[in-house]
Amino acid sequence: MLKASVFLLLTTCAVFLTGCTDPNRDAVKIGMNIELTGEIPAVGASSKNAAELFFNALNEQGGVTLAEGPKKVALIIRDNGGKADQAASVAQQLISSQDVVAMIGPNSSACAIPAGEIAESLKCVMISPWSTNPKTTLDQDSSQPRRYVFRGCFTDPFQATVLAKFALNDLGAKKAAVLYDVSSEAPLGQATLFRDTFTAKGGEIVAFETFTTGDKDFSAQLTNIREADPDIIFLPTYYNDVPLIAQQARRLGITAKFVGSDAWSSPEIIKLGGADVDGSYFCNHFSTQIATDEAKKFIADYTAKYGQPPDDVAALTFDSCGLITEALKAGGKNEREALREALAKIREYKGVTGTFRFEPGSGDPIKSAVILQIKDGAFQWVTNAQP
Amino acid sequence: MDYFAQQAINAIQLGSIYALIALGYSMVYGVLVMINFAHGDVFMVSSFFCFLLLLVLPVPFIAALLIVMLATAILGVCIERLAYRPLRNAPRVSAIITALGCGLVIQNTTLSISPYSQRMPELFTPVTWNFAGLTISSLQILIVGISVGLMLALDFFIRKTRYGMAMRAIAQDRVTVPLMGVPVNQVIAVTFALGAALGGAAGVLYASAYPVISATMGVLVGWKAFVAAVIGGIGNVRGAVLGAYLLGAVEVFTVTVLPSTYRDLVVYTLLLVILIFKPYGLLGRPAVQKV
Repeated sequence: MLKASVFLLLTTCAVFLTGCTDPNRDAVKIGMNIELTGEIPAVGASSKNAAELFFNALNEQGGVTLAEGPKKVALIIRDNGGKADQAASVAQQLISSQDVVAMIGPNSSACAIPAGEIAESLKCVMISPWSTNPKTTLDQDSSQPRRYVFRGCFTDPFQATVLAKFALNDLGAKKAAVLYDVSSEAPLGQATLFRDTFTAKGGEIVAFETFTTGDKDFSAQLTNIREADPDIIFLPTYYNDVPLIAQQARRLGITAKFVGSDAWSSPEIIKLGGADVDGSYFCNHFSTQIATDEAKKFIADYTAKYGQPPDDVAALTFDSCGLITEALKAGGKNEREALREALAKIREYKGVTGTFRFEPGSGDPIKSAVILQIKDGAFQWVTNAQP
Repeated sequence: MDYFAQQAINAIQLGSIYALIALGYSMVYGVLVMINFAHGDVFMVSSFFCFLLLLVLPVPFIAALLIVMLATAILGVCIERLAYRPLRNAPRVSAIITALGCGLVIQNTTLSISPYSQRMPELFTPVTWNFAGLTISSLQILIVGISVGLMLALDFFIRKTRYGMAMRAIAQDRVTVPLMGVPVNQVIAVTFALGAALGGAAGVLYASAYPVISATMGVLVGWKAFVAAVIGGIGNVRGAVLGAYLLGAVEVFTVTVLPSTYRDLVVYTLLLVILIFKPYGLLGRPAVQKV
């Protein structure tokens, strides 16, 4: 009698608990592995905002339509602290214990490369909205494209070409200096690629200087750069390092224009950099000023909800969410392998950041870039660069 | 030539800031034989104190410096009272872990309040002078001037005042000195207050020179100042200053003659070499008076 009642009690509890602790049991679970704290928290915040905007709207319309009917999407958001090791363990946790069908993020290449390795080995789709380093979608050992890793942005070789051409042709620069964070994956890749392309196209690299993550004093490197007297200074560093570099350069009397990569794109750079970064150019994925109609709606919704216009991480995350939803619909199943197959079959996708074209067997979209200038406290569109 | 002179100016500025922070490590070690790993974060939080102060009240530079030094000194004393004093006779490892823990608490509290980096408002508008190819700003002169002034004041305090004498006495013998009627707790509290106040001054100067502040910035600077204190002979105040200027100079001049990627390699190789030949640092001597 006692045994039976205990058993009954336990089963009731079990039913109650599963019903109660996991409201997402029936939903399509998508994990987010993003940089909410650490060196680049603005990136994680934008990513989170955009994904919530996308899936809230989708859920209000009933969710994503699968073969068995519409299903709600549940986002499981985890912070990777902008650190490679934490990004890897978050990936492991999301895929193994949270049982997500796909993972969005990480955004920084330093985090996306190790997280991509975990996603690949656990056979779960990962899409990095913002990681431009070629290694993110490549297998470390074979250098073949990873099967399960995709991205929502162009890659660094393309970006380097765009920037080298822009510096040479539009800015008329002959001599360039480079200063970058040698211990961070994306800046390192962008700096070397820029050096190679700029030199190949007839420019000259007069100084190639480095620092390491966390450095705040760049005076020694900048004094070297001042000696080399460049026309432009290329800074493929994250938005939080640029203001101090710019400020110290100006104090040393360096007047050369700064040129940056997409790592600059957070509006934080304007807040932190002020007048020192004014007039600088950088390569970006997206500009609110040349938006299509779809993009205009996204910009309006985003601005209404969060009180500031979306930056490129937000837009790319929005498109990454769109790609996953598209693939979920096409695959028709809440299941990892079906999603991967469907995602790999997408050849073209029109998103808010422009048109994505995928080559068979590659997770890297081919898409255009924009050049922006920081002017009067805002990002101004300058020109487009086609692939 | 003016290129090397410019780099020398850079090195002196960097060294001055390392020195102010290194003093905090060295003083506490001298008196308590304990490495106060929270000191880098105390330094960090002091620059946030300065930021908050300027948000509320745009006070002039010297007032900001003094208020922040006072606030940081109070924080230092609180940390000592709450976290370190109960563990004073515990194994040394426990004290070190507590210090690391305090640092993390401070860092993560700041991080939860301000996850974003902040732009420091300008405390004053620096004037820049150019002559013979050299660029010097009034800010650099101010940083070096205040740092050197504070260091001289500290040296005077330790060598000439009764509290300084008590600190040196406790550093020599922590068992006998209390029997002579020296108020140990009070002296240790003063040590922490002074160390933290110097860290606070460093925070204000640092935030004026590098006006983007973040909750994680204390880690790397703190480590480097600690390295400076060890090079100079931890526990020895003059050694900490020597070590800091040496570290600043090596960092800057490595970049001058070698590719900048070699900087940290050279710095830490130098640390190892110095410690192999002088295990107690440049000015530290075992069993001779510390502080």
